Amino acid sequence: MTAAQLATAVRSAVPGSVVGHEKGLDMPTLTVKPEKLVDVCTYLRDEQGKNFLSAVSAVDHLGYGDEVAGYFGTERGRDINSTGSWGAPITPEPPPKRFAIRYHMAHVGDGPTDRLRLQVWVDDGEEVPSVVSVWPTADWHEREQYDLMGIVFAGHPNLRRLIMPHDWDGHPLRKDYPIGGEPVQFTDAE
Amino acid sequence: MSTVERPPAPVEPLFTPAKIPPGAPSKIDPPAGEDLITVNFGPNHPSTHGVLRLIVTLDGEVVVGLDADIGYVHTGFEKNFEQKTYWKGIPYAPRMDYVAFFANELAYVGAVEKLIGIEVPERAQWIRTLFAELNRLHSHLVYLGTSGVEMGAMSVFFYCLRERDYVLDLFEMATGVRMHDRYPQFGGVAEDLPKGFYAECRKFCRMMPRRIDEYLDLLAGNPVWESRYRGIGTISPETAIAMGLSGPNLRATGVPYDLRRTDPYSVYPQLDFDVVVGERGDAYDRFLCRAKEMYESVRIIEQCLDKMPSGPVMATDRKYVLPPRAELHTSMESLIHHFKLVTEGFRVPPGQVYFPVESARGEFGCYLVSDGGTQPWRVHFRAPSFVSLQVTAMMSVNRYVGDMIVVVGSLDGVMGEADR
Repeated sequence: MTAAQLATAVRSAVPGSVVGHEKGLDMPTLTVKPEKLVDVCTYLRDEQGKNFLSAVSAVDHLGYGDEVAGYFGTERGRDINSTGSWGAPITPEPPPKRFAIRYHMAHVGDGPTDRLRLQVWVDDGEEVPSVVSVWPTADWHEREQYDLMGIVFAGHPNLRRLIMPHDWDGHPLRKDYPIGGEPVQFTDAE
Repeated sequence: MSTVERPPAPVEPLFTPAKIPPGAPSKIDPPAGEDLITVNFGPNHPSTHGVLRLIVTLDGEVVVGLDADIGYVHTGFEKNFEQKTYWKGIPYAPRMDYVAFFANELAYVGAVEKLIGIEVPERAQWIRTLFAELNRLHSHLVYLGTSGVEMGAMSVFFYCLRERDYVLDLFEMATGVRMHDRYPQFGGVAEDLPKGFYAECRKFCRMMPRRIDEYLDLLAGNPVWESRYRGIGTISPETAIAMGLSGPNLRATGVPYDLRRTDPYSVYPQLDFDVVVGERGDAYDRFLCRAKEMYESVRIIEQCLDKMPSGPVMATDRKYVLPPRAELHTSMESLIHHFKLVTEGFRVPPGQVYFPVESARGEFGCYLVSDGGTQPWRVHFRAPSFVSLQVTAMMSVNRYVGDMIVVVGSLDGVMGEADR
């Protein structure tokens, strides 16, 4: 099923949920509203056979696509986009909000896997509904993204830090997390 | 001192499928009650395959509550990738899953290749497939050996490590190092196979099936092994899919989900091999699946040796591929390209891609976001160990502590990959 067909199907099942769709380089990609996420996921699992959640990946787009001239440790994070002296500089499209949470799902069973990517956009402080009730495997995936990226998944039964120490400050994968020179955070460091 | 008579804790019969607990699926809260003790199992314990910490609540010898805690070898791989050019990321990738290292490189390299749209020469694809399968053998051998040690079967560990060394010798022959080789690169592989590799590899292929027979004689027919493994950690196909299991852990339940078949990459569509599936989804089937997959891997390696065409092993697009070393002494342009690629790196078009490969542990996926610069904007790895360790709690509860060791061992988690 192409992205457009899928978007139409999801729209008719969950009205007002799909914001956009694209073909994608590797798989169809649907953009949905965060408040409709659980409904869309339930529909995709039950009616479209997407019974397997591969991964939940959160991406911080702070400074994405900006012209940043500077050095490591600028206000906007870091200079990742220094203009090369060769090759055509392509500017990516500006993101609608700061964080994108992408859900990669597939069909496991008979027939092709029919992979699909679902994305929701949120700003810092906004919550995303948890999909643990749809795919139980999302438990640790969401805890990992909460831990490293600081996305709050509303309705998650056990949203605690998973990878970093339980008393860690900050979320290391954010672009504004200082790299280099941070204080050593150990409980016995005082 | 009088002893209090108390009923023994109930133990589930064998082959009872694991149920997803209410609340958090990967954690089981202990019941309220006296006489329960909470034990910190790990993070440093020989049977935790690294540094997995299990907070276990015990009623006598029976596990009644379990919470797994990971993150003890978290080294910030994903953050590190964002600070490096694409080139410099390749040696990082294999250090995550240090047992099935080659699959990690393949996923990362494949994701970048898909974004930049570079064509990989035929021969390089065959070589990659060959080493991916050698690496699968390596991983399964380590699994067999270590689970043997857990059950007290010391000799099988030595046998497996002997063959593992042979595999690593083959890696050393072609790539120069035994592990973490940086052999696949964007556009192909670093170097062609050396002289003498074919003969040595064929020798290995002739030897290996007999050796796998030996392991199966030692373990599969062993009543002690069978009584420890049969019926432990049973999971139904539906629960396994819902919990995101993949690889041998899922195939042991009878679901033939193998990315080499379902989402083929490299030259797997041209190869003749069987997807090994189990029936009952218990620890014994997972063990048997891995053991039988080793036969299939040997078959694939043999086919690779037979069918591998000759030709270049590296693409020719000099904007992405390092020029041959010899050219640097004669060609100014090559020198410039080399310098620019090594210092600044190449620019990757903006976009996102998810590239999964079948690692020895299951679906290993690399999700990559580029902003058009020379460093990845975000790299995220879907690590099969990370996912499969979630089912430890539901498989171990209401069983003996000794069975928990079997469950953790049979899930074959590598903590370096789970924590990244």
